[in-house]
Amino acid sequence: MSDFETILVAEAKDIVTVRHAVRRQAVKIKLSLVDQTKIVTAASELARNMFVYAGGGEVTLELLEKDVRHGLRAHFVDKGPGIPDIDLALRDGFTTGSGMGLGLGGAKRLVNEFSIESASGKGTHVMITRWR
Amino acid sequence: MDRIPILRMGDLLLVTIQVDMHDRLASALQDDLTGQIAEVSAKGVLIDISSLDIVDSFIGRMLANTSAMARVLGAEAVVVGMQPAVAITLVELGVNLSGVHTALDVEKGVEMLRNRIGFPERDDTDVRF
Repeated sequence: MSDFETILVAEAKDIVTVRHAVRRQAVKIKLSLVDQTKIVTAASELARNMFVYAGGGEVTLELLEKDVRHGLRAHFVDKGPGIPDIDLALRDGFTTGSGMGLGLGGAKRLVNEFSIESASGKGTHVMITRWR
Repeated sequence: MDRIPILRMGDLLLVTIQVDMHDRLASALQDDLTGQIAEVSAKGVLIDISSLDIVDSFIGRMLANTSAMARVLGAEAVVVGMQPAVAITLVELGVNLSGVHTALDVEKGVEMLRNRIGFPERDDTDVRF
């Protein structure tokens, strides 16, 4: 399926734009209200992480179709400093910023699929998917 | 910059959040509310989030901080109207709202505040933005 949408995150209010775009796509594939809320919330956390730790980045939304299932996938790509210890960053309560340290671990719990790749000095790519 | 209006009803402050808040707006609301509590010696604060279709960790933290600050300033805060899908998501996300009083709707929230802080001796309702 070639249904892509890309949102640039450069300032704090772009996080709201990401939330709205994810909601729109989640409604399009008819996710339940709870599942919509979960993926929108996860996207909000990840977009904020990108903004706070990498100074911004790009969010790409993708609609998936596998057999009869529909899914919404979101990619968060930044060219920031990267995450040196991913296991530690995924742990609840761990933060190098001023947040609560729930962003990555919390986002992971809210979706069906979660993957993260990070290279020191090159950036980070987080991918989340929620299936209907 | 945008601001979320705070209504005053006697010794209560009422805030209805009707927009999807960006982070700075949420922080500004926390500051405004804390300032208002001190300025008017409010005894209770009611925060209506029934229009919010998500509460992430940032907004969750703002709600927890506001409640804690209200308490330090001698007031009680109640968060009302959280949508069920939002509540489910917040718990899975791991946001801890254990220090925050909650009620189903504005009416029950006011009732809760009245039970905790009592009734004012006179009614000097005024609305400020």
